[in-house]
Amino acid sequence: MTGTMRVGSKGRLSEAASGYLFVAPALLIVALLALVPILTAMWLSLYRHLPIFGITEFVGLRNYLALWSDQRFWSACATTLYFTGVSVGAELLLGLGIALLLDQPWNAAGKEQTEAERWLRVVMLIPWTVPTVVSARMWEWLYQTDYGLLNHLLMTAGVIEGPVNWLGHPYWALHAAIAMDVWKATPFAALLLLAGLKAIPPDLYRAARVDGASRWSIFRHITLPLLLPVMLVVLAFRTMDAFRVFDAVYVLTGGGPGNSTETLSIYTYDVLFQTLRFGYGSALASVIFAMILMLTAASFIVMRRRLHAVV
Amino acid sequence: MTVPGRIKRAGDLGWRLGRILALGLFVSWALGPLAWQGITSIKSEQELVRLPPLLPETPTATHYRTVTARSGLGREILNSIIVATSATVSAIAVAALCAFALARLPIAGKTTILSLLLGISMFPPVAVISPLYLLVRWLGLRDTLAALILTHTAYALPLAIWVLTVFFRQIPVELYWAARVDGCGPWRALWSVLIPPARPGLAAAALLAFIFSWNEFMFALTLTATDRSRTAPVAIALFPSLHEVPWGDMAAATLVVTAPVIALALAFQRHLLAGLTAGSIKG
Repeated sequence: MTGTMRVGSKGRLSEAASGYLFVAPALLIVALLALVPILTAMWLSLYRHLPIFGITEFVGLRNYLALWSDQRFWSACATTLYFTGVSVGAELLLGLGIALLLDQPWNAAGKEQTEAERWLRVVMLIPWTVPTVVSARMWEWLYQTDYGLLNHLLMTAGVIEGPVNWLGHPYWALHAAIAMDVWKATPFAALLLLAGLKAIPPDLYRAARVDGASRWSIFRHITLPLLLPVMLVVLAFRTMDAFRVFDAVYVLTGGGPGNSTETLSIYTYDVLFQTLRFGYGSALASVIFAMILMLTAASFIVMRRRLHAVV
Repeated sequence: MTVPGRIKRAGDLGWRLGRILALGLFVSWALGPLAWQGITSIKSEQELVRLPPLLPETPTATHYRTVTARSGLGREILNSIIVATSATVSAIAVAALCAFALARLPIAGKTTILSLLLGISMFPPVAVISPLYLLVRWLGLRDTLAALILTHTAYALPLAIWVLTVFFRQIPVELYWAARVDGCGPWRALWSVLIPPARPGLAAAALLAFIFSWNEFMFALTLTATDRSRTAPVAIALFPSLHEVPWGDMAAATLVVTAPVIALALAFQRHLLAGLTAGSIKG
């Protein structure tokens, strides 16, 4: 390879030239399969495009106007926001709790990593590794009305009197989906937060203890402020992920009962591939993209420091 | 800290017991659903529709036999192995070059490139799915493994580049310059000096790419049509259920599909943990 790259008096490609050559394949692939498609979607959103009937007709912004008065779109927006807010909130709080229990930043002893802690970190990897489709099927079985484990446990404990049809009731179905997302993502959040806790210099804790600080004030004045950047990163990642949720809910409830668990991604997918309205579906896709773009911009501001550290 | 020793010890004991209890609860919550799936997969049909008992009285392997004998799932797992392996190899090759340039070579616009990649890793797949579908159909690649390998490579790239950039930057810059002074071009310097110490990073990035591709659902669902190219998650989602879901078979199928990624994650847990944190914290 070096042989073919000989140019210039030094007999080799300059540093910068090979740099551009090395980033080119990655940028080309990303441009072709991510940037061009998103621009195409925006272009398609200006058309009434029904590929099976061979209909392609320019309609300007009419798809977006239709969107504005589309009740199902607004309902999907509300569902997505609720799903994102509740699941990400629960994941952060539970994840923080688990990370703190493991690391015990207020404790003088036990700072070295124990065997038990190593195993717990492995346990945390498992729900994250399970394919989302699999976890949806798994929870569908746990929620099953007649022979599901959840109803059995709750009835044995006397919490409920008769079996509950979790996935057949609009309120419960949405929360069942949230619970599943929390199960899958909390360990991941805890892992990242734990790494963040480990990065806090132990000297700070030692100094605080010498000064006689209580557990709570150590947590409040050392742990929390120093962990905040990591918490924001986890918040940004999880928000983005929950906002575009598709397979988890699609396989668990299919968006039902009614449209009670229909998120924006599911509604868009349905318009595209069930009713085959590619123009209207593309308008929906573009709107989701714009929303994610705004969320991303917000999280870039949050993660600026991280970006600068890498570059 | 004026608490008399004994009271303090008693408080500590309570605290430690509470901690162990809480962590035990967490472990059973994290592993419980999978364990229940395991129990379900070895129950007979009669025991599946009966609770209690929780544990099977006569464990059976019927469901595993049904699932592996079904002509479909074997084919679909093979498809998943081909797609995930090819996508991982191509994504890591392309990402390593790009990450090396971002970490060590003097090119302009590094921040822009990294921001762009981070932005793309947050793309909602549904925003690109219809143009990708049309593109794949136009290329005549619908219902082929190639279509999936291509899209999975592209969408595994951003995270792989990010993780590898972090790892390359941790290798002392002197190593690179020593190789350059000795007369290596950037290419040789990358290949013989930077790649060997970055092996843990490459393993981490490869693992993340593989798990992404193995688990990916929306592209796999849309770009395939038959079990010629369907991957395992699609098979699980479309699992035959005319009247009632065959829960025992389903449990066995989900475990068969999940086992490879869990085995990989456990075998390379150190690398995976390092990769996950490199992707989000260390930077």
